[in-house]
Amino acid sequence: MAYSDKVLDHYEHPRNVGSLDKNDPTVGTGMVGAPACGDVMKLQIKVNDKGVIEDAKFKTYGCGSAIASSSLVTEWLKGRTIDEAYAIKNSDIAEELALPPVKIHCSVLAEDAIKAAVADLKAKQGNK
Amino acid sequence: MTTGRKPIYLDYSATTPVDPRVAAKMIPFLTEDFGNPASRSHAYGWVAEEAVENARNEVAKLVGADPREIVWTSGATESNNLAIKGAAHFYAPTKGKHIITVATEHKAVIDPVRELEREGFEATFLEPDANGLVSLEKFKAAIRPDTVLASVMFVNNEIGVIQDIEGIGNICRENNIIFHVDAAQATGKVKIDLEKLPVDLMSFSAHKTYGPKGIGALFVRRKPRVRIEAQMHGGGHERGMRSGTLPTHQIVGMGEAFRIAREEMDTENERIRMLRDRLLKGLSEIEETYVNGDLVHRVPHNLNMSFNYVEGESLMMAVKDIAVSSGSACTSASLEPSYVLRALGRSDELAHSSIRFSIGRFTTEADVDYTIKLMKEKIAKLRELSPLWEMFKDGVDLSKVEWAAH
Repeated sequence: MAYSDKVLDHYEHPRNVGSLDKNDPTVGTGMVGAPACGDVMKLQIKVNDKGVIEDAKFKTYGCGSAIASSSLVTEWLKGRTIDEAYAIKNSDIAEELALPPVKIHCSVLAEDAIKAAVADLKAKQGNK
Repeated sequence: MTTGRKPIYLDYSATTPVDPRVAAKMIPFLTEDFGNPASRSHAYGWVAEEAVENARNEVAKLVGADPREIVWTSGATESNNLAIKGAAHFYAPTKGKHIITVATEHKAVIDPVRELEREGFEATFLEPDANGLVSLEKFKAAIRPDTVLASVMFVNNEIGVIQDIEGIGNICRENNIIFHVDAAQATGKVKIDLEKLPVDLMSFSAHKTYGPKGIGALFVRRKPRVRIEAQMHGGGHERGMRSGTLPTHQIVGMGEAFRIAREEMDTENERIRMLRDRLLKGLSEIEETYVNGDLVHRVPHNLNMSFNYVEGESLMMAVKDIAVSSGSACTSASLEPSYVLRALGRSDELAHSSIRFSIGRFTTEADVDYTIKLMKEKIAKLRELSPLWEMFKDGVDLSKVEWAAH
């Protein structure tokens, strides 16, 4: 299978692998996908009091494109506001990584992971 | 893909290189002794015919058959088609239209049986036990008065398990069922003695045993005589069972490959068993690994393992320095786990993360050691990335998590 150089680069050298404390009120966690489908993404964002994402971490069980998609969004998320993060579209990810049609679902999953992380954060902060 | 160094070849169950001794023996039959073995009127034909008959002897000798029981084909797929369709069609009018086979057979057995189903036959696809073996009780229970044919492979291509061919064959004899065995993965790996084995039809391939691709054979028993309907009609070659000009060089190659197998298999298999044990020991040091298929009733050439909590396609990307097969067909849009591993009751996840290592004549200890080192490194790296591994390490029961399917 032909992967783009960008996918290979993220796969070989994934950025921001790891975990943040999911009980931290400034951390939003999104976990999407299912093992039986072959993809599970966990994306975490840490937001400062100005609503700007200071840190982002991921762990992904999935193919090279899924790993690359999640690695890429952690790079994109840092420094963005929650609203800017929410605006990231799967098509942006797919285009940046030159994903083939059969791998578009990986970018969809990455977008879902961002939305899930933001939703988690908002739920936490709404409860404050 | 263009990389400087070729990956280490550990996919001998897919195909083997032609042994240089085999290649050397084949070449003169392409350029000098190029005659048609069916030409009876001149020396070109006679030389070719003699070479073909010598090769037939060698093939017969490896498996304890009479040379007159060997029919040349283009490979095991054709042999399976000829045996299954040929016997089913011949015997259906007198015996019936029910066929027994196994869910873990090669597609070259499953698909001809499916084709017969479309023609009005009925088939039972037996589920093997979790170790990959078919129990004799289950086999017996599947027999019906109209069972005409059974087809069970000798050695499984994905997990290397050896079925109880003698036991199943005896049951077939008692019930007057024609018994076909796909032995493509067995030659040179297990002793085959058709003088004693109660088997009616057996398929062989050259290229799994260091011979060339494009040539195979079908054993068709003479005593008691087994009949098949030809699937390829033409010049009436091979006693009418398979028409088509015989490819002398290919046949010579298969004969030489099977001769070498007969003479060297005992020592070779010992060496391969040592390498397999070394590989198994090394890989077993990795946590959460599972051997697929029985380890005792198994050829030493095959090691099929699942690596839990890593995804199959990324695993294949990670191990591109070794040439192995994966339990997951990851070129397709939808991931399709190996139907063989599914039939053993493996979960989709474990089936996806499986690798078949198959060892052969030219595998070295250094190859095995490199493979162990590579696997340890890459599995550790992928697990570092895996949220499932993290959850497992935190003691989360993943089977109890509610996943959002997508």
